[in-house]
Amino acid sequence: MIRTHELTKRFGSLTAVDSVDLDVRDGDIYGFLGANGSGKTTTVRMLLGLVLATSGRIEVFGRPMPKASGEVLARLGALVEGPGAYGHLSGRANLLLHDASGNRPARGSRSDRDRRVAEVLDEVGLGGVGRRPVKAYSLGMRQRLGLAAALLRTPELLILDEPTNGLDPQGIGEIRQLLLKLHAAGTTIFLSSHLLAEVEQLCTRVGVLDRGRLVLQRPLAELQAPTGRILVRTPDVPAATGLLGDRLVEVRDDLLVVAGGDPAELNGWLVERGVRVSGLAAERHSLEATVLAMTGPSSDRVDRP
Amino acid sequence: MIGIEIRKLFRRPRTWLTLLLLDALPTLVAILLAITHLGPRPGQGPAFLSAVLSNGSLFAVAALAIVLPLFLPIAVAVVAGDSVAGEAAAGTLRYLLVRPVGRTRLLVAKLAAVFTFVGTSVVLVAGTGLVVGRLLLGNQPLSAAVTSVSGSNLTAGQIAWRTAISIGYVAFSMLGVAAIALFLSTVGDSGLAASLGALAVLIGSSVLLTLDAAHALQPYLPTRYWLSFIDLYRDPILWRNVIRGVALQAVYVAVFLGAAWANFATKDVTS
Repeated sequence: MIRTHELTKRFGSLTAVDSVDLDVRDGDIYGFLGANGSGKTTTVRMLLGLVLATSGRIEVFGRPMPKASGEVLARLGALVEGPGAYGHLSGRANLLLHDASGNRPARGSRSDRDRRVAEVLDEVGLGGVGRRPVKAYSLGMRQRLGLAAALLRTPELLILDEPTNGLDPQGIGEIRQLLLKLHAAGTTIFLSSHLLAEVEQLCTRVGVLDRGRLVLQRPLAELQAPTGRILVRTPDVPAATGLLGDRLVEVRDDLLVVAGGDPAELNGWLVERGVRVSGLAAERHSLEATVLAMTGPSSDRVDRP
Repeated sequence: MIGIEIRKLFRRPRTWLTLLLLDALPTLVAILLAITHLGPRPGQGPAFLSAVLSNGSLFAVAALAIVLPLFLPIAVAVVAGDSVAGEAAAGTLRYLLVRPVGRTRLLVAKLAAVFTFVGTSVVLVAGTGLVVGRLLLGNQPLSAAVTSVSGSNLTAGQIAWRTAISIGYVAFSMLGVAAIALFLSTVGDSGLAASLGALAVLIGSSVLLTLDAAHALQPYLPTRYWLSFIDLYRDPILWRNVIRGVALQAVYVAVFLGAAWANFATKDVTS
């Protein structure tokens, strides 16, 4: 779906994006993670032909960007760094205007287009908003309107930059459900975010950008693979410590980290020897730990050299 | 896309407010003249104002001469300066471009909308001038002869087509302003800065026109031939400055539109 080869963008002496090789496959929900200022938005803008790359190649739907932008952009929907709408018009009027703009105006009659606009407004939860001008919308409502505009032409690929910005927790949940529904219907989603939790709950593949470099690109399942250690919670810490001996890796209050692969086996073994177990789980790699290990300090932090 | 841009422009309350204000000044002048009957002496004050007391039909041209030095360029600079930068500031430029609308197409559509605005405003000012002139000022029959600037008489037919050419000439003069403002509008993300930048060029030009030391530059200044449409009311018509004015504006339009296109087509859109 999206492939880049050594994609690089320099603004003067600053290298915002440095040799990035993205690989987003058909059917992915691709989580593009990175701190603020790590180059996510610049990358997204290059994918969409808004910012022109200094060097490197981009292919979307197998077609070169920005050369084939007319054809490529018509097949995708995008939300880039916050929504944009004309404040003096209603959400509906904005969508109709948006629909009418562009190289390939929507085919079909006026009533078809009206119906499609009503449909996407319902989909993002703005169906009842009426004639209120967009300048009276809350940030969350604007975000929903931006999403509606991206969905207007039932795109095959959605490129979303921080889509849940400004939404409340319920809103974030709703948008997540909507994205999962679209994905189930066959839409590939490229989601750029600085929120680990958001990516963890939604995505199938993850790419991590740090200071303009892609430091990681793997399926989420691999990143959350078991570590081969077991976490045991017990009120009988001294007894358990004595029994486990060498197998014990670490003790944190009532939590023991034990080497070994099978939690059920360990549970039986401990209980047989009179150690009560109040909690038991296979330890998994966490996305957060991986990401923190692979990236440097926050990129909005500027220390003296 | 051109139709959409024009629709967008005329759905803005601000556009209508601008047109209203543009018509308000000549109307006020007409009312004041009608009440006081104190026209400026011939050769002083805005062009034609001395003549309109006896013949209101001429007030169409007088109205253009009243708004031309400042009001009309401000209105044009505001609309043209906002055209691209306004979209950038509202965050809608990136969505238009990924819609997708080709950059050249978008610029052409913006240009067409601005030109439509220029045409509308000039015709509206002249029309308002004609109506309030006929209603409030000298109400000789339309067919009456008018004294030309040169002193001989012009027939109503001659006045009609000369006025039509004047309207076209004033509109064309404004296209230079529009092109400068549109170019500046593609440079930054602030419509206000683009409008003021274009106005700064015009004010600079007006200042240099009053300076004898700048004599060598004067034929190339954008505002140099703006008021030359008055020559159309001489008998016979003095075409020299009108033709120079058209040629000069054509150069300004070509250069700044070229620059606007070159800049916008290769620009990183980071708004």
